[in-house]
Amino acid sequence: MKNIVVRFCGDSGDGMQLTGSLFSSLSAILGHEISTLPDFPAEIRAPQGTLGGVSGFQVELGSEVYTPGDKADVIVAMNAAALKVCTLGSHFNHPQAHFDEQFALYHRHAVVIVDTDSLTAKDLEKAQYHTDNPFVELGIPESVQIVPVALTTLTKEALKDSGMDNKSMLKSRNMFALGLVCWLFDEPMDKAIRLLEEKFVKKPALIAPNTKVLVDGYNYGQNLALNITQIHLDSRPNEAHGRYTSIAGNKATAWGLIAAAEKAGKHLFLGSYPITPATDILHELAARKDMNVMAVQAEDEIAGVCTAIGAAFAGDLACTTTSGPGLSLKSEAIGLAVMAELPLVIVDVQRGGPSTGLPTKTEQTDLLQAMYGRNGECPAVVLAASSSANCFDFAYEACRIALENMTPVILLTDTYLANGTALWRIPKLADLPEIHPQSVPEELRGKYNPALRDERGVRYWAFPGMEGYEHRNIGLERDAQRGTISTNPENHEIMVRARQQKIAQIADRIPELKVIHPTAERSDSVSGLTSNSETVLVGWGSTEGHLHAAANELGCDLAQFNYICPLPKNTHEVLSRYRRIIVCELNTGQFAAYLRSQVPDVKIEQYNEIQGQPFAVERIVNFVKSK
Amino acid sequence: MEASQFKSDQYVRFCPGCGDHAICMALQKAMAQIGIPPHQVAVISGIGCSSRMPHYLNTYGFNTIHGRGGAIATGVKTSHPELTVWQMSGDGDCLAIGGNHFIHEIRRNVDLNVCMFNNRIYGLTKGQYSPTSAKGFVSKSSPFGTVERPFIPGQLILGAGGTFFARTLDVDMPTTVDCLVAAQQHKGCSIVECLVNCVIFNNGTHQWIADREQRAEHSIVLRHGEKMIFGADKDKGLAVEIDPVTFVPKMIVVAADDPRVLTHDATQPDPTLHRLLALMGQDRFIEVQNSDSQNAPDDLPVALGVIRSVEADTYDQAVSRQIAEVRTRAKARNFDELVESLESWTL
Repeated sequence: MKNIVVRFCGDSGDGMQLTGSLFSSLSAILGHEISTLPDFPAEIRAPQGTLGGVSGFQVELGSEVYTPGDKADVIVAMNAAALKVCTLGSHFNHPQAHFDEQFALYHRHAVVIVDTDSLTAKDLEKAQYHTDNPFVELGIPESVQIVPVALTTLTKEALKDSGMDNKSMLKSRNMFALGLVCWLFDEPMDKAIRLLEEKFVKKPALIAPNTKVLVDGYNYGQNLALNITQIHLDSRPNEAHGRYTSIAGNKATAWGLIAAAEKAGKHLFLGSYPITPATDILHELAARKDMNVMAVQAEDEIAGVCTAIGAAFAGDLACTTTSGPGLSLKSEAIGLAVMAELPLVIVDVQRGGPSTGLPTKTEQTDLLQAMYGRNGECPAVVLAASSSANCFDFAYEACRIALENMTPVILLTDTYLANGTALWRIPKLADLPEIHPQSVPEELRGKYNPALRDERGVRYWAFPGMEGYEHRNIGLERDAQRGTISTNPENHEIMVRARQQKIAQIADRIPELKVIHPTAERSDSVSGLTSNSETVLVGWGSTEGHLHAAANELGCDLAQFNYICPLPKNTHEVLSRYRRIIVCELNTGQFAAYLRSQVPDVKIEQYNEIQGQPFAVERIVNFVKSK
Repeated sequence: MEASQFKSDQYVRFCPGCGDHAICMALQKAMAQIGIPPHQVAVISGIGCSSRMPHYLNTYGFNTIHGRGGAIATGVKTSHPELTVWQMSGDGDCLAIGGNHFIHEIRRNVDLNVCMFNNRIYGLTKGQYSPTSAKGFVSKSSPFGTVERPFIPGQLILGAGGTFFARTLDVDMPTTVDCLVAAQQHKGCSIVECLVNCVIFNNGTHQWIADREQRAEHSIVLRHGEKMIFGADKDKGLAVEIDPVTFVPKMIVVAADDPRVLTHDATQPDPTLHRLLALMGQDRFIEVQNSDSQNAPDDLPVALGVIRSVEADTYDQAVSRQIAEVRTRAKARNFDELVESLESWTL
């Protein structure tokens, strides 16, 4: 088999995220490409055993892995509620709903491992079953291979000599399931045990019991020769040679900022306020004092960006991290950074909106807020990362553009990228692009003012502590020559255009848009479609994996944007090559609207989903084929 | 250094007769007296009349957005503790739109020198009441008088855990300079409430103490280690009286030679007495005094000078110290060493 999708799901207290991430890391170490999708409720602990408390973790492993997969091939369901949610998908709340391949989270031929100890009458009641046979009630087809395992009993049995209390023993159920899945995939135990030891390095007392349960789970599969065959993945990644690790998007973002600061010779300052799903960046940077990172947990979102603006004024590489609601609160201050022409990186890890919306779900609905959500003519650079791993590259790039062009840069990621993990080729600092902050030249000492620009139209950066460059910066309009307050009408227009021109010229210093062509072996399978050179899927940000997989299936091209404002210079030239341009995004058409304003003479179709979930490749393919 | 070294080339645009002119001059004098060169000084402001101040000082300056000066100043000072950072703000900027940042810079004890210009009115937006306007105050946005209680800034500052609080008056240049210098010398968040007159929209708001004839009787300049004596003839003193039933302490005026007269200790960590001092003479600013007023104002003098100045660890120092401590025992100190520590494999 080439690729396989596994989904772990259970109660939010069952440790599914840990199980899933250990399995993913293990798979990656064994040389598979991975893409993961943690899918958890907003509540920290919903009532135990209920439908609202089901937490999932999905991973696709193999080669040419672009997404965490539409549907699972293997399901681990830790309780009755998880079984129901996996079987009915988004219809789990509908009375009388049955297995329907359209909504189920697994395929018709999937393997479903289920804890039979968690299907008692009480469990079934909590999960709102009406009968005592969940499999029949859910209408699970016979083609689905149900593997009943008494996970709870077996875990207790494994730990009977440990002296642990019942509650502590039950917490290790997830390790039994993990051991079983490791056996299923024929993954070696020694590496799994090493990962487990690393995970529990701060709680050494948990290592021995969890290892015991893990190994027992593996042996259970091996000895009892469960009525399923082991799955052998023969995949070898297409990735370039090098050192790899698996990394979540938020961590990659944090590390991109760290790398950029060191490369630029700047001190990294973060001002931030906790907000789902961005908080992990704050956590990571607060822990990186060894890297000389200064992370301030501010009193609110506004103070997060404002402390960063203060640090930028004082000469640091300054960042703030947030999600959509926080970006709204920061709008005025970002306008100040535009007006004061200070370098500033704003990371918006998008989530479902508006307002509090869907805090733990993914969406691409902050694009126009990032572009236009400020008073006045207020241009800023907007970038979007397109994989968990390249969150590193685009965080780095956001810093480079900010420091070299004296502008705020908004980096858009989202829940899917932030929490998902992917293979990351570990770079060396020396291999990363140079960063040249726009420092003021020595010859301006004594003659400096904050309106002085270079030939690109970028003003020079002088900051407190530098003798001979004392100046007053402002959020008021400034005189284009002297840098002091000005209300002169012509001057205002000159300055509005100068700020716009400064952003526009950045297009000269970013890569051109590259079209991804479908993989050769799949492109000829397309039938009934316009020839592949005539259709292009267009996306931006985190949808790259799904669109890439869809383009492969469709045999059409893909143009995925990471640079939103300014757009790559060849955008018009690329798009005008195609007869069908289908902009696919997880909103109602924000990028499509923006593209229409930027390249008005090309005809744009739209494909949109707004369900708080990543795309399903199958739905995109069906949409394109149906039109 | 000379005050002129701190004067910028900008024409000062405060209204003629505005109290901000005096504070501006006092700032230039105080900065010269402090002697830190202009390039090591950053003056951060929000929005409002007083927030124009950075333009008139030949230091680094940043006139930012409404209410956010405190957060931006916190960023400047925390990222660069070696700089001297001032914040210029008003009663609206600090206590209304920027209230959150204000209480948190005080709580964290960021080493800032904050001038809070209190004219009890919104001047730049042309005459609306502020959080320090007395209840019943008539303004353009309260044509029938306000119905809300004001803040007494000193009480708010002490409540937020303030380590330094001074109060001065625009027309008292020597006290203003003394307070500003003391604010700089104090390590921590130093708040100087500058009582200023708005000649256009709230003329005479501090007349009670600004008037030359009355000032000596209605105010007292507190000096650490000195007896609390005031009056044109230095014949009055301040003492504390504790109510025998409720145990509530209150300030009273006694004869200057009364043995109960207190000696000012600005460094006392317990803020009880500092609060009583800060509240003296403030009740006329809580409610507009007219024939309907139920309570006559007390006859206590308004306290000027440094009311509180206590030592405490500063946020900016603590942040830098923690980073330095972690770095001394860190295994990885740069990016390449950091990624070296990752669980990784080679393809």
